[in-house]
Amino acid sequence: MTDTTETSALPPETSQRRSLGERFPLATLILQRLGLSALLLFAVSVLIFGGVEALPGDFATTYLGQSATPQAVANIRADLGLDRPIVTRYFEWLGGAVQGDFGNSWASGNSVSEQIGRRLGNSLFLAFFAAVVSVPLAVGLGMLAVFYRDRVPDKIINIVSLAAISLPEFFIGYLLILFFAVNMRIATFPATVYDSMGFIDRLQTIALPAATLVFVVLAHMMRMTRAAILSVMSSAYMESAELKGLSAMRAIIKHAAPNAIAPIVNVVALNLAYLVVGVVVVEVVFVYPGMGQYMVDAVTVRDMPVVQACGLIFAAFYIILNMVADIIAIVANPRLRHPR
Amino acid sequence: MHDHLLSVRNLKIEATSYPPGEPPKDITIVEGISFDLEKGKVLGLIGESGAGKSTIGLSALAYGRGGVRITGGEVLLEGKDILPLGKRGIRTIRGARVCYVAQSAAAAFNPAHKLGDQVIEATLAHGLMSEAEARKRALYLFEVLGLPNPDTFGDRFPHQVSGGQLQRAMTAMALCSNPQLIVFDEPTTALDVTTQIDVLAAIKHAIEETDTAALYITHDLAVVAQISDHIMVLRHGHMVEYGTAQQIIEAPREEYTRALVNVRQKKREEAADQTDTLLKVDNVSAGYSNGFKVLFDVSLHLPKGQTLAIVGESGSGKSTLARVITGLLPPSEGSITFDGKQLTPALKQRSRDDLRRIQLIYQMADTAMNPRQTVGQIIGRPLSFYFGLHGAKKRARVAELLEEIEMGSGFIDRYPAELSGGQKQRVAIARALAAEPELILCDEPTSALDPLVAEGILNLLLRLQAETQVSYLFITHDIAIVRAIADSVAVMHRGKLVRFGPKSKVLAPPFDDYTDLLLKSVPEMEIGWLEKALASRKMESAGN
Repeated sequence: MTDTTETSALPPETSQRRSLGERFPLATLILQRLGLSALLLFAVSVLIFGGVEALPGDFATTYLGQSATPQAVANIRADLGLDRPIVTRYFEWLGGAVQGDFGNSWASGNSVSEQIGRRLGNSLFLAFFAAVVSVPLAVGLGMLAVFYRDRVPDKIINIVSLAAISLPEFFIGYLLILFFAVNMRIATFPATVYDSMGFIDRLQTIALPAATLVFVVLAHMMRMTRAAILSVMSSAYMESAELKGLSAMRAIIKHAAPNAIAPIVNVVALNLAYLVVGVVVVEVVFVYPGMGQYMVDAVTVRDMPVVQACGLIFAAFYIILNMVADIIAIVANPRLRHPR
Repeated sequence: MHDHLLSVRNLKIEATSYPPGEPPKDITIVEGISFDLEKGKVLGLIGESGAGKSTIGLSALAYGRGGVRITGGEVLLEGKDILPLGKRGIRTIRGARVCYVAQSAAAAFNPAHKLGDQVIEATLAHGLMSEAEARKRALYLFEVLGLPNPDTFGDRFPHQVSGGQLQRAMTAMALCSNPQLIVFDEPTTALDVTTQIDVLAAIKHAIEETDTAALYITHDLAVVAQISDHIMVLRHGHMVEYGTAQQIIEAPREEYTRALVNVRQKKREEAADQTDTLLKVDNVSAGYSNGFKVLFDVSLHLPKGQTLAIVGESGSGKSTLARVITGLLPPSEGSITFDGKQLTPALKQRSRDDLRRIQLIYQMADTAMNPRQTVGQIIGRPLSFYFGLHGAKKRARVAELLEEIEMGSGFIDRYPAELSGGQKQRVAIARALAAEPELILCDEPTSALDPLVAEGILNLLLRLQAETQVSYLFITHDIAIVRAIADSVAVMHRGKLVRFGPKSKVLAPPFDDYTDLLLKSVPEMEIGWLEKALASRKMESAGN
């Protein structure tokens, strides 16, 4: 039997050099998100351009209708520059888009950027007011549902929001029109806004479409808020708060809410993006001159520059809003904000 | 009537259980508990899990955890019953006159707020002090509890300090409002022994300094003996014995108390001949893919049919060593020889027979078993995988293995959820045995179990070893277990092997600094051990 007793009490070297990412995790993560978003946007632009290019049907044939002789079609294609290679056209388009120039509409010949500017303003106006109502309402109702968990108010909130999310949005839209515009005559329909309208008039006009959108997005955000806070509520530090003698409302606001921010912000961002991007149906139902309707019209006549521009703007909104949500979630995490 | 700070009279606590497929029924968790606690004194509540000790402790705050209801009796704080106070009334007591220190401070602190703000929160919420006064008191408590840099400690977030510091910060949080009573719920259970002794000393010093009374809940009699004036032994929600700490430790009256006192006294002679090597680890270093090194140049060996205990604190690399041996984590340097043949580093390249010969038992039997498989399926899997057994033959062998682990074939169609913690660990042992291995790696298989149950498991492992000549590589942080089962011992610290050899040599002086600290930190079933251990530490540091 050999003696194998060894003694050494030296600690291992721990002074390995720390990388930039370890020293500034927050800044690194945020920069990463920004870079990823830019990359994603670029990829989306390729997809949109390629996708539109691959669509069956052709502007020239649609435009000319029965008089589409091969010569006339070729002439129009040459006019629009469609005979040049796709890569050249892509980079031309991308270069313009980066500077805010989306080219001219094939159908009307007007500048796409100019037309979209007005439409986008309308869409954002509608989305903004829908968000201003729905986000605080959803978060507030979510907190209320937690406070009255499994009691009557919680159940009512749940049932109503579930019903709202289960109905198709056009159906909610028509119901609102029936009650408020037709029967009670206190709201305007169609909700078409003009440049000459004043601010108050505009608000009155968008009341019904905004209400429809609120109904559609409310339930999702409300239920996520409730679920996020409830999952935090079952953690040991909430018991700590209760055993410190804090009131239930104070415990929810001070101890539960900061830890529930990340999931809530994520679902809010998704829904905000939906308010901008997904309102096509609502705009059509209410004859509202927003981006959605503009895009639908452009698709029917194969007006590609408009379709591409709308697609890219929608994608940009989606990506930016989700990026903002990501960054807020990162900043809300104390482990990243205050590294060891 | 006003003599006692806290008087509990005939306490009864119930909960509703929802057994699957049956109507819910009320079960009694605690019944007939009465005790008195004087100002400035400490009462230890001790018992196994399910004894109702936390439940009784929380009743001092009129709180029932997870649907538990206090249905009978009185909890008198300075002669006034706090149970009928109602929500608003009880809030004036919680956090102000009675405070609570949880087992896991890491979970009990809110990750989103600074420690200092959380420590003074209750004091401010109850309007007991101005913010400046509360901060001053927090600073004083950080100093009393021996926290590093007390003046800036409060600016840190929970994730920025160690587990032992968090546990002390939690104690500071409880003491901040100057309460009359603190309920300590296993405050040192989750800590390493070398940290436990510091926290224990800090808590004892702080409650003496502030003259606060305490209920100290733990399953470790040796720990509670260091801090309590009186001890109450609990089992299944009833009181077994009540007495002064001295009487309980030195002259226990009840059979159950005697068992608790004697549980960790087992010792075993090591094997004389340790030369017939089964497993040999040569100069193994290992780390994770991000370049973080966990093991540094470890060499050790394990003789056939014997037990090698690997001891160390959390983070010492002992579990990583087991992962390297199994092939789950290929080493970056060094080699592993098994039965005279070098093992392929990576798990995927090992032959099925190599896999069969080395089996694993985990700390949490719960998470190591599929909850939707029956005991028969769990144990039967290695039988069909390694030996191709099927049908009646397989079932017969499973029944045989169940007999081996002293459970009996009646358990064959049960699900893990229907088993107790000890039974689950036995099933895990049977699953390892089913492969007829030559080596079983045991990763803290008893550390989640109550002492008496753990002892049963250790006895089972020893009996199986005597019968089948299987070798164990037994990972543990508990020196008592090492004494009870090991032939040879390896002490690990921060990824390095500090000491290795036959048990008699490793556990005998002269010691290196770390092994000395480790051995001296293990609480002993003796009144006044804490003071002695601290004194000997001080002398050493003075001597150095």
